[in-house]
Amino acid sequence: MARLRQLIQHPWVLGLTGVLVVLLIWTVATSLKLVDPLFLPSPAAVLAAGRSQVAQGLLWADLVASVGRVLGGFALSAVVALPLGIAMGTSTVINRLLEPLMGLIRYMPAPAFIPLLIIYFGLGELPKILLIFIGTLFFNTLMIMDAVKFVPRELVETALTLGGRTSQVLLRVITPCIAPQVIDAYRINMAAAWNLVIVAELVAATEGLGRRISLAQRFLRTDEIFLGLIVIGLIGLVIDLGFRLVMRRACAWAN
Amino acid sequence: MQLRVDQVDKSFGTGRNRKLVLDGISFSVNTGEFVALVGSSGSGKSTIMRLVAGLDRPTAGVISIDGSPVRGPGSDRGMVFQKYSLYPWLTAAQNVAFGMELQGLNRREIRERTSYFLEVVGLADAARRLPRELSGGMQQRVAIARALAAQPRVLLLDEPFGALDLQIRESMQEFMHDLWQRTGLTALLITHDLEEALLLAGEVHILAPNPGRIVRTVAVELDRSDLRHLRVSRGFLDLREDLAQCLRGLDGQLSPAP
Repeated sequence: MARLRQLIQHPWVLGLTGVLVVLLIWTVATSLKLVDPLFLPSPAAVLAAGRSQVAQGLLWADLVASVGRVLGGFALSAVVALPLGIAMGTSTVINRLLEPLMGLIRYMPAPAFIPLLIIYFGLGELPKILLIFIGTLFFNTLMIMDAVKFVPRELVETALTLGGRTSQVLLRVITPCIAPQVIDAYRINMAAAWNLVIVAELVAATEGLGRRISLAQRFLRTDEIFLGLIVIGLIGLVIDLGFRLVMRRACAWAN
Repeated sequence: MQLRVDQVDKSFGTGRNRKLVLDGISFSVNTGEFVALVGSSGSGKSTIMRLVAGLDRPTAGVISIDGSPVRGPGSDRGMVFQKYSLYPWLTAAQNVAFGMELQGLNRREIRERTSYFLEVVGLADAARRLPRELSGGMQQRVAIARALAAQPRVLLLDEPFGALDLQIRESMQEFMHDLWQRTGLTALLITHDLEEALLLAGEVHILAPNPGRIVRTVAVELDRSDLRHLRVSRGFLDLREDLAQCLRGLDGQLSPAP
């Protein structure tokens, strides 16, 4: 009994159990033919679809295409958002100048920019990367700005009374102080980047996980749709864990 | 060195909302002196400290060091805040080294001075620990070491022990007195704790609230060879009671008539 309790208290056990239960229900429901396999393919069918896509080299190509777009667009957004967010958090002038503008654009749904981006840049990689850039930039920036505003005043003032210059305060006080919140903001907004890449690929693409799903729909291949969804979920999970790992390594002081 | 605060006024807000916080504050601190300002909340004592540190500007009057007016924060005035001033991502030693790094001292000097000042505050063993692994009293000692390592001409102590438990506060007061004797530092202390001011300072200014102004100045001449004994000695208790009555009288003016 005590052993069981100990087992349950391990952080991963219950989470894994949840996944397994859903998998079990799915297996039972499909093997008893409770649902039309066209609507709900069996786990075995999804696995088979996966094998066949791997064999054709499709899965790998789709993966590379989608991950590349997400990383490209998001890296661009992260690199721009960091100095912009710090500037908005520290300078009243820049803050007053940009915050209303950002508040406005932030509420424009990023997918609504797709038609415009296609008109401007065609159907290549650029509009997809830019879509992810636009869709995550404002959230990244505003979350970083907020983090800067919560830097304790004493930390900044201590640096000033120790003879620190403004540039030193920015680089050696504010930047390390907000690092945990920045990593967390990136982790959260990465999910939005994944949403957007799939949307972009549904509209216009020759390869990518979203493209594969929309093709599968045309041929009623629900097994391939399930496969795509599961793969997207797994990649998201891996990226999330990656950010958590970076956080634990780089910001041990904040835990 | 002489720190002079000369006829300083400070008000916040404008127009109808304008509120006078400090009214004609004047005092000075010379090299080697330990001066304290005592007042209740609303006496503007923290505002005085911020003005001296250069973090705020006076509305009128002049604050100067050796005749040259204070125009902003600088390393000649080291500040120790009440709490939350250690960099949580740096170890105790890195915190102590921080000011010297900002000033661009060479590495060897930084290393030597860091271990010297950690030794001075009795924390050589805690050099590699993060602030969250240190007790409140230890954290304040690191903050003091950091301020001293930057070689200020005057140390500004803004309720440095205000957030600590009573027992730790007492031992920190003894530590501070000992440090002052050993290093010959110059300090300006701000506190609401009369006992603390009388134990540490050679000169104590009593502040009245709303607006903050100095109403009484006492030169404290006590035998400080044994602080524990001093705390309960007759002369000390009489002086404390006398000044406590003065402070109570000032607070009394605030309360509405029955």
